[in-house]
Amino acid sequence: MTENNRYALNKNLAQMLKGGVIMDVSTPQQAKIAQEAGASAVMALERIPADIRVAGGVARMSDPKMIKSIQEAVSIPVMAKVRIGHFVEAQILQEIQIDFIDESEVLSPADDKFHIDKTKFEVPFVCGAKNLGEALRRISEGAAMIRTKGEPGTGDIVQAVRHMRLMNAAIKKITSMAEDELFEEAKQLEVSYEAVKYIHENGKLPVVNFAAGGIATPADAALMMQLGAEGVFVGSGIFKSGDPAKRAAAIVKAVTNYNDAKMIAALSEDLGEAMVGINESEIKILMAERGK
Amino acid sequence: MRIGVLALQGAFIEHIHKLQALGIDTFEIRQPADLQTPCDGLIIPGGESTVIGKLLVELQLLTPLKNAIQAGLPVLGTCAGLILLAKTISNATQPGINTMDIVTTRNGYGRQLGSFNTVATFVGEKIPMVFIRAPYIQKVGPQVEVLGEVEGRIIAARQANMLATAFHPELTDDTQVYQYFIDMINQQDQRRVV
Repeated sequence: MTENNRYALNKNLAQMLKGGVIMDVSTPQQAKIAQEAGASAVMALERIPADIRVAGGVARMSDPKMIKSIQEAVSIPVMAKVRIGHFVEAQILQEIQIDFIDESEVLSPADDKFHIDKTKFEVPFVCGAKNLGEALRRISEGAAMIRTKGEPGTGDIVQAVRHMRLMNAAIKKITSMAEDELFEEAKQLEVSYEAVKYIHENGKLPVVNFAAGGIATPADAALMMQLGAEGVFVGSGIFKSGDPAKRAAAIVKAVTNYNDAKMIAALSEDLGEAMVGINESEIKILMAERGK
Repeated sequence: MRIGVLALQGAFIEHIHKLQALGIDTFEIRQPADLQTPCDGLIIPGGESTVIGKLLVELQLLTPLKNAIQAGLPVLGTCAGLILLAKTISNATQPGINTMDIVTTRNGYGRQLGSFNTVATFVGEKIPMVFIRAPYIQKVGPQVEVLGEVEGRIIAARQANMLATAFHPELTDDTQVYQYFIDMINQQDQRRVV
């Protein structure tokens, strides 16, 4: 028997989620709808981002009892969110055998300086990033998966697109650099030389990279996939829409066949009301600016 | 030799990279139109079996693939792929290909904290194995040959043209499982020639 390598196993779980859609759910009922619609995992949280925006105040980890009721309702992996830097919330989620922890800017940050030292945990973490520097810092802290931050709870895709393009552009730039330029690039990005060297040699992040924040339609999901995302998170976009089951199933199929415009056209028909959405210029709190 | 990899969801690109490293032509299967070209073998990858099963039905791939497997197309199913090939799932009801005479238990080792790696015997050779929220085979029918066990649980088996592993050969550097599958395809070819 070889020693179990938790970090490798955790990165492997993220690989199994690829090409899939991870959906925010607030009740066991919604979790079942999501699984039935083809979600590859669910994110259990008391309030979806759109409602967190409306409610204001401090948003915290969800009640473990509510998370457990969702674990019992579905057979797919269950994720849950903790506040940035709140390692005790993460200890609690590990204790109830969560499959993935999202150290998330959607909740109110618990620490305005330090993220959780994720290398100290057995369960995997996913973290948001709006550029390559943030992504590589989260990975060096032990994140097994990265997602764009986007702007959660808005139904506005513009920030997720911006973050994905920024990350891709930075990766392309590094792959074309001379080796002796990598040291300065590491300094600029505030990350280790080894991290930059990995990007230089492989042309991609060392972990799976999903899109999140503002995805509301099959076309939004396919857009993010064509921009290079390996899967998508859909938060408020499903259960804030007119026909959640139908919309969820359509987004799942759009992610599988993201290059097939004919199919996405058919999937986009008759989905009912999309979530209303807020423009990025109309919102008071930019969640993406939390945790850098 | 040309092998199709079911690319609806999950770790399909990892299989494609392994096959390419062995010099084998591959193609992705996402919809019925992808099945128009000749194919010597099929791989059903790891991922979420509920998602892949549902998409197989909705994208009208279930019947053509099931027919091809029943007609003798060599198939390798890994993890979720094993679940989809199994005739019976002991602890779930969900759509699948259901051609292999095995009973499987989904999430047999529990949640992610139960995921593990080990070195164990596959057809007489010790190889590294990665289990991610993996199933195991609880029972096999009389036509099924057991190819590997870990701590008393069956984790690899073959029935005629169908090969299934609970672990992920696409996640390690080892190629034993692929070699075995390629041999299966070659034997099939010889039979066809005969």
